[in-house]
Amino acid sequence: MASLALTLEFGGGMELLFGNVKTHKVTLPAHLANDRPTNIKALIGWIRDNLLQGKPELFISDGTVRPGILVLINDTDWELEGELDYELKDRDTIVFISTLHGG
Amino acid sequence: MPKQCELCGAAKAALRRPKTLQSICKACFYTVFETEIHHTIVQNQLFQPGDRVAIGASGGKDSTVLAYVLKTLNDRYKYGLNLFLLSVDEGITGYRDDSLETVKRNEQQYELPLRIVSYQDLYGWTMDAIVKEVGRKNNCTFCGVFRRQALDRGAMLLKADHIVTGHNADDIAETVLMNILRGDVARLQRCTSIVTPGEDGCIPRSKPFKYTYEKEIVMYAYFKQLDYFSTECIYSPNAYRGYARAFLKDLEAIRPSAIIDIIHAGESFEIRQGVKMPVQGTCQRCGYVSSNQLCKACVLLEGLNRGLPQLGISRSALAKARPHLPSSAPDASKSEMAPAATTSDVRQKDTVRTGISTLDW
Repeated sequence: MASLALTLEFGGGMELLFGNVKTHKVTLPAHLANDRPTNIKALIGWIRDNLLQGKPELFISDGTVRPGILVLINDTDWELEGELDYELKDRDTIVFISTLHGG
Repeated sequence: MPKQCELCGAAKAALRRPKTLQSICKACFYTVFETEIHHTIVQNQLFQPGDRVAIGASGGKDSTVLAYVLKTLNDRYKYGLNLFLLSVDEGITGYRDDSLETVKRNEQQYELPLRIVSYQDLYGWTMDAIVKEVGRKNNCTFCGVFRRQALDRGAMLLKADHIVTGHNADDIAETVLMNILRGDVARLQRCTSIVTPGEDGCIPRSKPFKYTYEKEIVMYAYFKQLDYFSTECIYSPNAYRGYARAFLKDLEAIRPSAIIDIIHAGESFEIRQGVKMPVQGTCQRCGYVSSNQLCKACVLLEGLNRGLPQLGISRSALAKARPHLPSSAPDASKSEMAPAATTSDVRQKDTVRTGISTLDW
């Protein structure tokens, strides 16, 4: 079965929810349940179930990232890439940055 | 199909601006981001050539981007400013000591002289020591009151003409919401001002990021790979602001212009004629600006030094200690016939009961 090698980065304080590690190399199946391609929505759920060490509500809210967390897909604002519906490709880099910390 | 930049049409768009919903590339983003701040500075005449400007620097995203952008604009547009980094060391082990390391790196990276003033030197107390004394409940009140004065005192040591802080549009919109929820009319009017004029020996303060969205500040820092510190303070965050913040972020997700709209709403509030506002005077002990005979910092400090840390926090502690303190200014608002509590009533109550309002400019 095809798989996706992804680089996940957490910044702006979010790394504290992931054992204080900023960069995670992970492998996900290219298709999840129902044979649908793995998209960002599925990735967020996968991160919650497999990587997250802190409280889920600091990362996820109503099936998406908590408001105030910026997401970049290959260095581009996810708002330009279809947000939750973006279908992941092999070697994509997804960055999550919290805007909620300090000033 | 990658989206093209709506401004130059040549490069691939890298982000959607929350303010305009335009999709723009990195290069155009840097240009509009910096140019808008330049226009804010020029239109509001924040600085004069030759000014010594102290940048309140915490090592966090906002003040780091502010230092970088001000340095860039000062060079590009020949403002003729002497820029300094000014940091306050609250004495919080595991938090401020780490963030100050970031500011020290910024000092090298941006070639801006750095001055650090500490609570220990100014007040004889670190936040670590204060928390040991007062616990984790009202500690943020002490910190907020002391920080505001500490920045002023540090700026005086630098002989600064002006202080700038990294407060951004999101921060200001949050403060508008908080002041509405608390009924703090005096602060509601003040909190949207881009500059607090320097009167009674105070140094003028301004917020060049008043119209700058937090999302864009974080994107700018990320794309430019600026070095900033992003750990939450170890002593419980400001819970009340946290609620306003979560609410504002929810609003922004639905309609990004909500942030700027709330700022405009705050600016548009006018206080009915005849309502008595608190009169700004000076503290009899330290000379700092205050609407009471003693400023909040002196009251809090007296409480700490006399072993009555609740002084200035709770009403009952204040009543107990009152014989030792000069009495508060007479409350003239009592005679005023107004349907709701008047400004000074509300303010008085708020400051005495919680002391929190002093945090929110």
